[in-house]
Amino acid sequence: MIQIHCPYCGETLPELEFAYAGEAHIVRPESPSEQTDEEWAAFLFLRDNVKGPHFERWRHAHGCGRFFNAVRNTITDRFYITYKAGEPRPDLAKLLEESK
Amino acid sequence: MSKHRLRGRGRVDASQPVVFTFDGKPYTGLKGDTVASALLAHGVHLMGRSFKYHRPRGAIAAGSEEPNALIGTRRGPGRFEPNTRATVQEIWDGLETNSQNKFPSLKWDVGAVNDAAYMLFSAGFYYKTFMWPRSFWDKVYEPFIRAAAGLGVSPSEEDPDTYASRYLYCDLLIVGAGPAGIAAAREAAGKGLSVVLVDENSEMGGTLLSEPQSKIDGKSAWTWLEDELAALKEAGVKLMTRTTAIGYYHENMIGMVEKLTDHLPTLPADTPRERMWRVRAKQVVLAQGALEKPLVFHGNDRPGVMLAGSAQTYLHRYGVKVGESPVVVTSHDSAWYAAFDLQAAGAYVQAIVDTRPQVRQDLQAEARTRGIPVKLGHTVTATGGRLRINTVRVNPLNGTHVGNGQWVKCDALLMSGGWTPSLHLFSHTKGSLIWDDDLTTFLPKDTPEDCIITGASRGLWGVEAALNDGSVRVGEALSKLGVEATVSDYTVADDRVGTGVTMRELPTDRSAGKAKAFVDFQNDVTAKDLRLAVREGMRSIEHVKRYTTNGMATDQGKMSNINGLNIAADALGKKQPQVGLTTFRPPYTPTTFGAFAGYHRGDHFEVVRKTQIDGWAEENAAVFEPVGQWRRARYFPKAGETMDQAVARECAATRASVGLFDASTLGKIEVVGPDAAEFVNRMYTNPFMKLAPGKCRYGLLLGDDGYIRDDGVIARISDERFHVTTTTGGAARVLTMMEDYLQTEWPDLNVWLTSTTEQWSTVAVNGPNAAKLLQPFVKDFALTEDNFPHMSCVEVEVAGYPARLWRVSFTGEIGFEINVPAPYGRALWETLWDAGQAYDITAYGTETMHVLRAEKGYIIVGQDTDGTVTPYDAGMGWAVGTKKADFVGMRGLKRPDLVAKNRKQLVGLVTEDQSCLEEGAQIVLDPNQPIPMKMVGHVTSSYHQGTTDHPIALALVEGGHSKMGETVYIPMPDRTIAAKITGTVFVDPENARLKI
Repeated sequence: MIQIHCPYCGETLPELEFAYAGEAHIVRPESPSEQTDEEWAAFLFLRDNVKGPHFERWRHAHGCGRFFNAVRNTITDRFYITYKAGEPRPDLAKLLEESK
Repeated sequence: MSKHRLRGRGRVDASQPVVFTFDGKPYTGLKGDTVASALLAHGVHLMGRSFKYHRPRGAIAAGSEEPNALIGTRRGPGRFEPNTRATVQEIWDGLETNSQNKFPSLKWDVGAVNDAAYMLFSAGFYYKTFMWPRSFWDKVYEPFIRAAAGLGVSPSEEDPDTYASRYLYCDLLIVGAGPAGIAAAREAAGKGLSVVLVDENSEMGGTLLSEPQSKIDGKSAWTWLEDELAALKEAGVKLMTRTTAIGYYHENMIGMVEKLTDHLPTLPADTPRERMWRVRAKQVVLAQGALEKPLVFHGNDRPGVMLAGSAQTYLHRYGVKVGESPVVVTSHDSAWYAAFDLQAAGAYVQAIVDTRPQVRQDLQAEARTRGIPVKLGHTVTATGGRLRINTVRVNPLNGTHVGNGQWVKCDALLMSGGWTPSLHLFSHTKGSLIWDDDLTTFLPKDTPEDCIITGASRGLWGVEAALNDGSVRVGEALSKLGVEATVSDYTVADDRVGTGVTMRELPTDRSAGKAKAFVDFQNDVTAKDLRLAVREGMRSIEHVKRYTTNGMATDQGKMSNINGLNIAADALGKKQPQVGLTTFRPPYTPTTFGAFAGYHRGDHFEVVRKTQIDGWAEENAAVFEPVGQWRRARYFPKAGETMDQAVARECAATRASVGLFDASTLGKIEVVGPDAAEFVNRMYTNPFMKLAPGKCRYGLLLGDDGYIRDDGVIARISDERFHVTTTTGGAARVLTMMEDYLQTEWPDLNVWLTSTTEQWSTVAVNGPNAAKLLQPFVKDFALTEDNFPHMSCVEVEVAGYPARLWRVSFTGEIGFEINVPAPYGRALWETLWDAGQAYDITAYGTETMHVLRAEKGYIIVGQDTDGTVTPYDAGMGWAVGTKKADFVGMRGLKRPDLVAKNRKQLVGLVTEDQSCLEEGAQIVLDPNQPIPMKMVGHVTSSYHQGTTDHPIALALVEGGHSKMGETVYIPMPDRTIAAKITGTVFVDPENARLKI
């Protein structure tokens, strides 16, 4: 069982407390009605299928209830970092360098 | 003293005889014996029959890797377990054990006819044989497979034992208490760390238990062991025996199963049978040792053929001679010591057969001294004897040429094909392996975990090497834990180091096609099967494994994987690492379901949520049904009533006068804050900005894809406070979805969401007399049409309790839902129940609720919708606030597929012959079209107990809204039912009954 750091609680806790919530940094468009069918379909359905570091969302479902973002390696299941929702996408190259 | 027991030898207690039974016959063993060692002391080698060929089998090993000696164990009623390894099960007075896979008896088994028909049972036998003709499946093949499949007999009674689970956090976990593990523990002990040392055996020591001759730093091995374990205990190291590390999971979580009672003659009170430990260790040392490999030759499975190292274990640990006149066949030095030790114990070793032409001089000299004939550069080509080996055929080897065989009499054949490092847990970590050509085996390389592997499990040999390696290697873990690494220097006298070569099948002068040279003993896979698999096109070891079932038995390939790989690689003409090793998966040894289930069984399997009114329902004979985790009253049968009769009565009574329903399980979310209205308006399809406080509105919740996710009535309590209801099963999902949008899309909205499902008890009163019944209890508030119209809400006192009173209806009748703080629920219910007697009040359950709502065409999300239904499909376009700037799903509803023609739409169905349709039944337009027919929809709800004079149904039908009055057909197995498409409202389409 992996352990996940909740950036809101500031604690590293067992995976059991958390729920996966899909790819991160997918922003719901400000004015959905102005979206073309293609744009809206892409927002709804198109997701990266990453082998390696993946930007994704988790929710501390059995804790504070907050959604947050994470970079996790889908091969090793390792988390490089977790950060609060709304914070910018971290620099992946730097993260990988630091994790070495 | 039994015949083959050596007085004063071993770690068994000669002063404590233990009587147990095997196949009904009593045997006397000693305290400390396993079933296998006790039987071997009596000369009993035959302990079971093999799975496929029903060949007679004996114990081949002395530990948890045993593939053959599987027995059923029984401790009184209810406590039966099949497939227990006789080499692990400790004996106690009264233990009943039985052999498996035999009929009528172990010695005369009918199934052994399979053995003669072995040509039929070759690799891929199941795939090839049971293909055609298809009609044979039901009557011939499947019964045959079912009868033949399965090891042992499944227990038929409920397990009366309890199983526990615990978490354990420690600095250092050491798996395996052999020399390497103990040496590692010694360096870690006394440094202020929490250290845990575990071993699957009943006592610690590993190899040392089988090698008492070695002297560690001047002490005899067993004295050293005793002192060392005492010192570790003194230093606060947690020592756990009979505890198997079954799996190594992410971030140093190790699953361990501790067996607490299987070795005890009487069960202690309040003690679980097993305990699952979930250990989170900062650092882990793996010191699991190595497993001996069998040699592969014709007849290598006959009872009496055993691993040489295991024979040594039986001799030294249990004081049992496994044979009086054994032959040793080996390709490794270690087996020579088994020959020497047995000879010293009084056996007459008939020969040491070594496949190698050259062997160390000191070994040859010692054999000469002890008078043991030695045959270097020889092979074994066959064994004889029916239920126990009595002869072995030995042939000289000249390069690849096999000379004439000579039969040598014996009562045991001890084999060794060298040793395989135990890499199971290391592999669970996704640790990489590297092939070692010299040792002909995989060795551990890198692991992503904080894990160190030491001793024989990384290919080292001998007690001294293991001790020193454990001492040195643990230093890395200690440094990471922030304590000083220390190293001890061990000197071991009489250490038995050695080398060997790895063989594939032993060379033979016989037809390879007829050889029964077993690689996987438990699954009866022979070398010939593996080569056949390669000939038939299997290229990867993963394919070979699945085609032949090699390594798929309960021993998980502990003995067969490397031999299988060597043979498959040879057949493919490739190096082993190119063919690959199959993946080791948890658990390391077979583990009971009980250990995994732990406390989660029976009433503790899952939470049962009960409302405050549940007790009343139970006292009033309700039949319950699970809805999500809730237990809900389904109907309240009177004496002698069937469900249909009860539901029909409840429906009629509610429409005639008044019915009482416990709606407390409805999900409830309190939406509060300055932006509460804006938030609800964005989440739900309906317009909420202008909903006045004191009013309710039905709300539809979509996904952004435009499909219906949930629904419920939403009450505006005040400007900044909404009381939102959800479906019973959808409460948590809806709150999560709301939180998602609030936290991540609209963090600017000032809103708080709180789950209040369990804070309220909700009593629904429905029927023409509902207002009359309720009015006297409502303080200073008139329940009139003008003062409190349909879809209103008010905070008011009801029967003396503070309440949120709603005027809503899910039945089509005048309806109220009274929300009171949860603890008052039952008192309110009983007050209304008592007063309702004047109106012939009826309590109804979920079934009647379903029927009454269907008669009004009210949908149930998840029953009448399936995740692909839009509000327009459901005929609920009226609920969509098309003038809103945005709501979740608004853009989705305009997607091309969602506005396409001929979507499935919700309609009513009335059958022409008055029959009741089956929910889920498929619908066609033309019943005479050829099969396969074009299905245009399905029945979503169907009832015949309601208040209409005919059964009703709801259905999703392609283009249904434009097919009113048309006939569709529902083909059933026995007939085709014709039904007319109608609207979805069957009762009171004018809503006249809603008026007070």
